[in-house]
Amino acid sequence: MSYKDQKAAAAAAASAYRDQRFRGSLTDQEEALLQSTTLYIGNLSFYTTEEQVHELFGRAGDVKRIIMGIDRFRKTPCGFCFVEYYSRDDAVDAVRYINGTRLDDRIIRTDWDAGFIEGRQYGRGKHGGQ
Amino acid sequence: MPIGDRRRHTDDSDEHGGADRKRRRGPEVNEIEHRLENLIVRVGEKSTSSLESNLEGLAQVLETDLETYKSKILAILKTCVLDAPEKLTIYSTLVGLLNAKNHNFGGEFVEMLMKQLRDELIAQNYDNALHVIVFMCDLVNCRVVSAHSCMSFLEGLIEVAFQEDIPQVRSDWFVYAVLYALPWVGAELTEKKGNDLKEMLDAITRFLEQRQKLHVQMLRVWSGDKPHVQEEYLDCLAAQVTKLRTENWQEKHIARHYVAFDAVLCDALQHNLPSFVPAGHQETSVYPLPTVIFRLFDYTDCPENGPVLPGAHSIERFLVEEELNWIVRRHYIDRKECAAALLNYSRKLRVPLNYVILEVVFGQLFRLPSPPCPPLFYGSLLIELCKLQPNSMPQVLAQAAELLYQRVETMQPACVDRLVDWFSYHLSNFQYRWSWADWEDCLKCDELAPKQVFAREVLVKCMRSPYHQRVQEILPADYAPLIPEKPQVHFKYSGEEGEKLLGASVAHQVAQAIRNKCTNEEALELLKNCPNPDEMSGFNPLAIDVFVSVLLHLGSKSFSHSFAALTRYHQALKTLTEGNEDAQMVVLRALYDLWKNHQQMMTVLVDKLLKMQIVECNCVVSWIFSDEMKPQFLRQWTWEVMQSALVKLSRHVQRLRAELEAADNEDTKEDTKEDTKEDSEMKADDDDEQTVESKSADAVKEKTQKLRSAEEFQRNLLLSVFHKFTILLTEHLLTSEAEGRDFNSYWYKWVTGRFKQIFLSQSDEVWKLCSELETSLFTNDIDSHILEIFHQFRALRR
Repeated sequence: MSYKDQKAAAAAAASAYRDQRFRGSLTDQEEALLQSTTLYIGNLSFYTTEEQVHELFGRAGDVKRIIMGIDRFRKTPCGFCFVEYYSRDDAVDAVRYINGTRLDDRIIRTDWDAGFIEGRQYGRGKHGGQ
Repeated sequence: MPIGDRRRHTDDSDEHGGADRKRRRGPEVNEIEHRLENLIVRVGEKSTSSLESNLEGLAQVLETDLETYKSKILAILKTCVLDAPEKLTIYSTLVGLLNAKNHNFGGEFVEMLMKQLRDELIAQNYDNALHVIVFMCDLVNCRVVSAHSCMSFLEGLIEVAFQEDIPQVRSDWFVYAVLYALPWVGAELTEKKGNDLKEMLDAITRFLEQRQKLHVQMLRVWSGDKPHVQEEYLDCLAAQVTKLRTENWQEKHIARHYVAFDAVLCDALQHNLPSFVPAGHQETSVYPLPTVIFRLFDYTDCPENGPVLPGAHSIERFLVEEELNWIVRRHYIDRKECAAALLNYSRKLRVPLNYVILEVVFGQLFRLPSPPCPPLFYGSLLIELCKLQPNSMPQVLAQAAELLYQRVETMQPACVDRLVDWFSYHLSNFQYRWSWADWEDCLKCDELAPKQVFAREVLVKCMRSPYHQRVQEILPADYAPLIPEKPQVHFKYSGEEGEKLLGASVAHQVAQAIRNKCTNEEALELLKNCPNPDEMSGFNPLAIDVFVSVLLHLGSKSFSHSFAALTRYHQALKTLTEGNEDAQMVVLRALYDLWKNHQQMMTVLVDKLLKMQIVECNCVVSWIFSDEMKPQFLRQWTWEVMQSALVKLSRHVQRLRAELEAADNEDTKEDTKEDTKEDSEMKADDDDEQTVESKSADAVKEKTQKLRSAEEFQRNLLLSVFHKFTILLTEHLLTSEAEGRDFNSYWYKWVTGRFKQIFLSQSDEVWKLCSELETSLFTNDIDSHILEIFHQFRALRR
């Protein structure tokens, strides 16, 4: 593996974040994460809209869909979302260049996600994050 | 997440990493090889002892292992030559020391390098080949290679430039490679082979004089020569080398580590390079495109008390820029590392570092046809640079932004787009703080004047990230006319006026039915009640307009709602519009009526309609060139839509091409799942037809047919785009002449710029069409101003 490939693999590798309710073994999850085109975005402002997320993440590539995280009871945005791309490369670029920059004046974080499943749009913690 | 959970998960990932490490740890041999690699790769990094003593120590360590691990050491050094050109002289000195200790090793190294050069050229990796050539030349200074064999080696390369019947770009590259190597080896060659060198340089001068440079205008970021001339890259390098030559090859930049080892090296035996003949030109050969040197600053822009910025024709400027360019290319996947590496640049005390970094970064961002890395990377890199040097970088960056604004007047539209995208992105990361009052001169100029266009488009882009109100708050009151309208939906079948419209009652029925989640068939049934204002057309435009307006109005809450609405009634939409360009136009018009104040919504929804194949690319093109879109024709979003339609089509063609190739090559394995997820909606139809037996001849035939028809579609579309531009520009030129006006207006500037942009962004496809374009469209009957753009484009590969 050349220097560049190693670096690429490191950038694309999953971080410590894992979906706690993933159905399947840890290995399945790792595998899914390494092929995923979906990102979990955290630390959004409650007022950030889908349009704003689209504008920022569209800069990395063609966005397939955005799922805004909402409060299970109040049905209002609660600070996270999922962004799904058509291609893995675009998602990798988003992790490389958007993670840790600002959206709506807040430093947002991106993590690989094994793919959206219905029901996951609902926040779990007190403050809505997953 | 509770703290306990987080801990558990860090442990998990640790375990995982542990397993990885164990797997990698092989037998002991690997351990030593790994250590060698580490030692070699890291030499020259920060260390407590001097570089010279580190090099000496390393050479000693390697000497003992030289016999056992020779092939491994050769392989590691090869990677260093290719991947770390900014440490070139460190490694050439190391090779020099090893050669002095072990003559055979030196010979094998040179042989390996020669083979590498041959391979890189065959693989068309020109950057790598360049690194190898320069390295080979620097080995003369380290007494590994004899000066006279190096001279014949370079002469051999120049020979290629004078071959007949080859494209100019091929000659260019070989001349460039030789000029590139001369700063390293020029002094030595003058001393040992002065006459031969002089003859070679004379030949290069003759070559440069007869070179044609039509392509330059196509590649320049600015069309004007003020305040800085953007020179053609070969001319610029030749001027820099000539100046160096008049200064007796005394440059102040290259760190020549071998000087310290003169005593050891002078006794070493040298090797002669074997004669080298590069692989010949093939029909399929692709060479690097010519470039134009980007210049933003000169020494007057930099602070007086710091180091002086080397002049445009000094070799130092070239060498610094090249090294910084390498650093960017090497670290582009990690913006933080990249920013740190740039700011730690080894020569940082000799140049005004922030200025040269910004010039290099913007030079890459604005490079035509396309930047070497994703544009978003440069934006995030600039943010990172500001974070790392909060006391100095933001000021220099603001100075650069000011210069770019002042010079936007002659900037190519393709570059203005990138400037707008970057600047709005940058502001979004710094609370939109900008001294807008400084740019108030843009308010007084023509609405097509580049300064005003730039400011307006920046505000449009800014508005997409925060709220409309926020943009208003950050701006001085004078800017009110430039503030984009509030992005609201406009549903024409509502209100008092709307009720009177033909189709209003059907619109209400359809809206009610959709709210009640009616089926596609039920919706189509209801639409049959819609009066048809144009019985002759064979379809009902009003029904389509009503349906699209109602559907997207009900989904107007967000992108997701709109997408959901379109997906739900995909079938009905398809029934209404399939194969009918006029019907598809009605869809686009209805969309525009609804969302003309929300450009982002327009861009996203047209994109979606294309992916769902409700409208086709050619229809989008006709719509953009249509009369009702005239007011929007010069806005950036229109070209975003156009570019994304063309890109989608060319990706589709490329995918079909790859599929066919796979089917052709692989008779054994069936590999239909290779497709990326991209465009999966676009090819939803294709999927059903893909049979399991893809190896059969039928499948190949079918794929060939599909590819041919897609290529034909693309060809016609590009031809029609160029045709539409030609008509538009010709009309303009004729009316200007008839009315005695100067044709070179702002409008003309923007439209020709967009014309060039299509050539450049679609260059891979357009090159294939060149001869056809020449005979069918860009003939001598066409106005010479339009023709020239085509000729400039064609010259890029000649």
